[in-house]
Amino acid sequence: MREFGYERAVDVAEAVALLGSDPEARFLGGGTNLVDLMKAGVERPALLVDVRELPLDQVDFTPGDGLRIGATVTNSDLAAHPDVRRHYPALAQAVLAGASGQLRNMATVGGNLLQRTRCGYFTDITKACNKRSPGSGCPAIDGEHHNHAILDASEHCIAVHASDMAVALAAFDAVISYRTADEPGESPITGFYPPVGDTPHIETTLPPGALITGVTLPPAPVAVHSRFRKVRERASYAFAIGSIAAALDVRDGVVRDVRLALGAVASKPWRARAAERALIGGPASAEAFATAAEAELAAAEALPENGYKVTLMRNLIVAVLTELTEEVSR
Amino acid sequence: MTTTTRGAAVTGAVGSAHTRVEGRDKVTGAARFSGEVPFAELTHGWLVLSTVARGRIRSVEDGPVLAMPGVLTVLHHENAPRVDIDYMGMLGRPNPILGIFQHDRVPFAGWPVALVVAETSEQAREAAEALVVRYDEEPHDVAFRAGRPDAYTPQDSPLVQAETEKGDLEAQLAASAVVLEAEYTTPEEHHNPMEPHAATARWEGGRLDVIDSNQGSTWVAGELAQLFSLDPASVRVRSEHVGGAFGSKGLSPHQVAAVMATTVLQRPVRVVLTRRQMFSLIGYRSPTAQRIRLGADADGRLRALDHQAQSLTSTVYEFVESSAVLGRVMYDADAHHTLHRLVRLDVPTPTWMRAPGEAPGSFALESALDELAEKCGMDPIALRVRNEPGTAPVSGLPFSSRNVLACYEEGARRFGWAGRDPRPGLRREGRWLLGTGMAAATYPSGVGPSTAAVTAEPDGTFTVRINAADVGTGARTAMALVAADALEVEADRVRVRIGDSDLGPAMIAGGSMGTRSWGWAVTIAANELRELLALGDGIPPEGITARSNTAEAIGALAQQERHSFGAQFAEVAVDEDTGEVRVRRLLGIFAAGTIVNPLTARSQLVGGMTWGLSMALHEEAVRDQASGGHVGADLVGYHYAAHADVPVIEADWVDDPVPGDPVGIKGIGEIGIVGVAAAIANAVWHATGVRHRNLPIRPDRVLRAADEARRRAAGGARGA
Repeated sequence: MREFGYERAVDVAEAVALLGSDPEARFLGGGTNLVDLMKAGVERPALLVDVRELPLDQVDFTPGDGLRIGATVTNSDLAAHPDVRRHYPALAQAVLAGASGQLRNMATVGGNLLQRTRCGYFTDITKACNKRSPGSGCPAIDGEHHNHAILDASEHCIAVHASDMAVALAAFDAVISYRTADEPGESPITGFYPPVGDTPHIETTLPPGALITGVTLPPAPVAVHSRFRKVRERASYAFAIGSIAAALDVRDGVVRDVRLALGAVASKPWRARAAERALIGGPASAEAFATAAEAELAAAEALPENGYKVTLMRNLIVAVLTELTEEVSR
Repeated sequence: MTTTTRGAAVTGAVGSAHTRVEGRDKVTGAARFSGEVPFAELTHGWLVLSTVARGRIRSVEDGPVLAMPGVLTVLHHENAPRVDIDYMGMLGRPNPILGIFQHDRVPFAGWPVALVVAETSEQAREAAEALVVRYDEEPHDVAFRAGRPDAYTPQDSPLVQAETEKGDLEAQLAASAVVLEAEYTTPEEHHNPMEPHAATARWEGGRLDVIDSNQGSTWVAGELAQLFSLDPASVRVRSEHVGGAFGSKGLSPHQVAAVMATTVLQRPVRVVLTRRQMFSLIGYRSPTAQRIRLGADADGRLRALDHQAQSLTSTVYEFVESSAVLGRVMYDADAHHTLHRLVRLDVPTPTWMRAPGEAPGSFALESALDELAEKCGMDPIALRVRNEPGTAPVSGLPFSSRNVLACYEEGARRFGWAGRDPRPGLRREGRWLLGTGMAAATYPSGVGPSTAAVTAEPDGTFTVRINAADVGTGARTAMALVAADALEVEADRVRVRIGDSDLGPAMIAGGSMGTRSWGWAVTIAANELRELLALGDGIPPEGITARSNTAEAIGALAQQERHSFGAQFAEVAVDEDTGEVRVRRLLGIFAAGTIVNPLTARSQLVGGMTWGLSMALHEEAVRDQASGGHVGADLVGYHYAAHADVPVIEADWVDDPVPGDPVGIKGIGEIGIVGVAAAIANAVWHATGVRHRNLPIRPDRVLRAADEARRRAAGGARGA
């Protein structure tokens, strides 16, 4: 393990300046992913800039009843926040579906967005991996890939994004705020994770040296009736093999509004816009949900061991939308 | 009532619940584990493992690493002390992996190629990661699959009889009204004890002193003496507390590396394994491919039983996962055949892992029994009762005691088995399909020679010295209870010293033999001491000590089949939309002789059952065919049951006296896991109507199997 420096920043400007002082510096949030990767030799920073004490730990209403979530809000605090639970229940459920209580007490919202894939080739420095070591190859394609991507993967990388929280944020059109040494900026979450293409090592559109300062959720009345469901290989403390965040508004049996995002199917949280388009204005029926699912998953490309995810995601979309229909009708 | 000079006799410690005598030390952190015992001048070794699966080491470029901060030495095949691996140890020939750094050949990915020793653990690790090792790589073969043409039948060993055969199998199958033929697989599984392997070695007063975490310090000391050609009396190995072992904590390269390095540096050297290193250095459970054929009369009586089990071993050492042994004990048939087959691959050598043989073997055989019951239209318990043998099916010997029928009866009563509708796929609760299943369990009750000493101290207390290993099971406490009853005193007057090779030879904590073996030796010594004390001559300052050695008594044991038995029951819920399987409850009822400490015994049985659940649904190490190494060799990639997966688990036992047995204790280390995976797989069938013959029963497999079943059903409908 490489010897590294450690600095604790007290404000955003200092944090950004400290990071800029060393090209091999990394921000340290809860450290629940970064420290593991350092132990494994995947990450070898020369300097850690601890941002966990920054004054970015509040959840506030925005004008118009959206929510602004600070980057250092812990996963535990986010999931327990009454306004999150009331207005965006799928977000609270998604956070609680991730990791363990101890990890959620440490993990931050900003860090959660930037966590790396758990692909077993990526986390093992004795193996090839285009994401970790560009150009070295992707052994998962011909190797172990039963939990790899079925949507938008490339011949260079088929890893999936690991965050549950980001799936719910994608469903609710979250906007990520950041700060560089020069200026503040923002990016909708749907544009935050670029296509894999031939650059799987480039995981976000965040400018170099930028610090995530928060996430804004626009007002979304539909989100009151929302759910997150995660399927995993054991009941707790495992990464998803498929997840869904869904919100639904139904009047007189007709879908008025719907939000759908899928997890563990792509290198990013997957906003299911094709399914949403197929649903809006149509009947809230199991048949319509299945048709919408097929529309979204038509683009899926399965490898020998991950084709079950097409079935799984179709079933999940139908099951969760059916549950929400019942909830809305009560 | 017996009276002694010390007042009223006290018995009944055995059989009543006692918390662990070292429990307070463990929960307060006062108990030190092997990787945290402090030493002055301590240095830290870090193992470097091969990244290729087969080949030769061309060079170990240690020059740049020796210049790194704190680095003291780099040991490898060109400079390490020589060791002798040509000897016969306590459990046979040593695994050649103990001969680290003796040659340039690499037989699998993860073979130790160097040890970097530095002033701090961090410096050693950084230098180890920087060390460049060049290889001449050769093509490797790590593909385990059923029916490989190069599979062979191993020679019999004292530990495993490769094949047993009686009757005309094909004739009996042909004469059977009902025939079941099926193939089952279990994956590569790993022990993953909570405490990683760690050893600290130093030379102290002309003796080699090793602080270790192991299942038997007599064993480890003896092997180290052989390896380094030392007088056995000059080697001391201590293992005070052990954070789980499960078969993995015997001899591993880290102890050898620590001894080599302390010999070279003349400073204490500690070598601790990482979780990832443990995946290739400490052994594991071989994957298995098992084929079972059962032939029965319409009433379920078995005419034919054929169990053939293939497992793998390395190219350097032979280990047989004895999966086919279960039928030799459980079920008789007119024609009876059990066979083990092996394939040699470029992989690490497997080893014993909780209920070696019986754990994967029971998944196959106890699933097959359930399938046969379905075909016969019989209740699964009734089928087993129908085939209950009078004497052991293969050896023909009588059983020392065999109380499995009581386990079925008590288990069925408590589980609510009566009135169970055997038809699958009928019970639903919301999105969950529900089902129940059961399986039988058995594991041998062996014993090994041990010595013990029990001392009456002048202050009225007693000291028991026995080189037992407490691998977390409560062995130390169990010995206090056994001694207390034999001495007829309160248990709190007895202190127990274990985990030190200087205490004298004793059996390892393995094969469910520890408590039986040590308890026997302690009882004999304590009985003798009680007789000495009855003479009433007073106790001198050095105390009065009685000693025992059970070797002769073990040799005089009657020829019998000695086994524990049990019955496992499971209720599961299956979500057909997602393939998720959740176990709702488990019940295990066991007949395992005298239960010494009900508190820790229940804990150990529940632990075994939890592992059985984990084996059924989660555990699987994935070997990357291209590199020959693992993918996900950590606790993110290797799933075991976490708290939320573990439901209400009940473990209990029936009376199981063992007539004429000098100890009455059978041992419970393994039997808890046996049969659980089959009971769960049988319950999954009962819930869904789909048989799962390949472990673990992962969501993707459930989804695929459900799809296939639907397709078959649709095809059948069209055909009709």
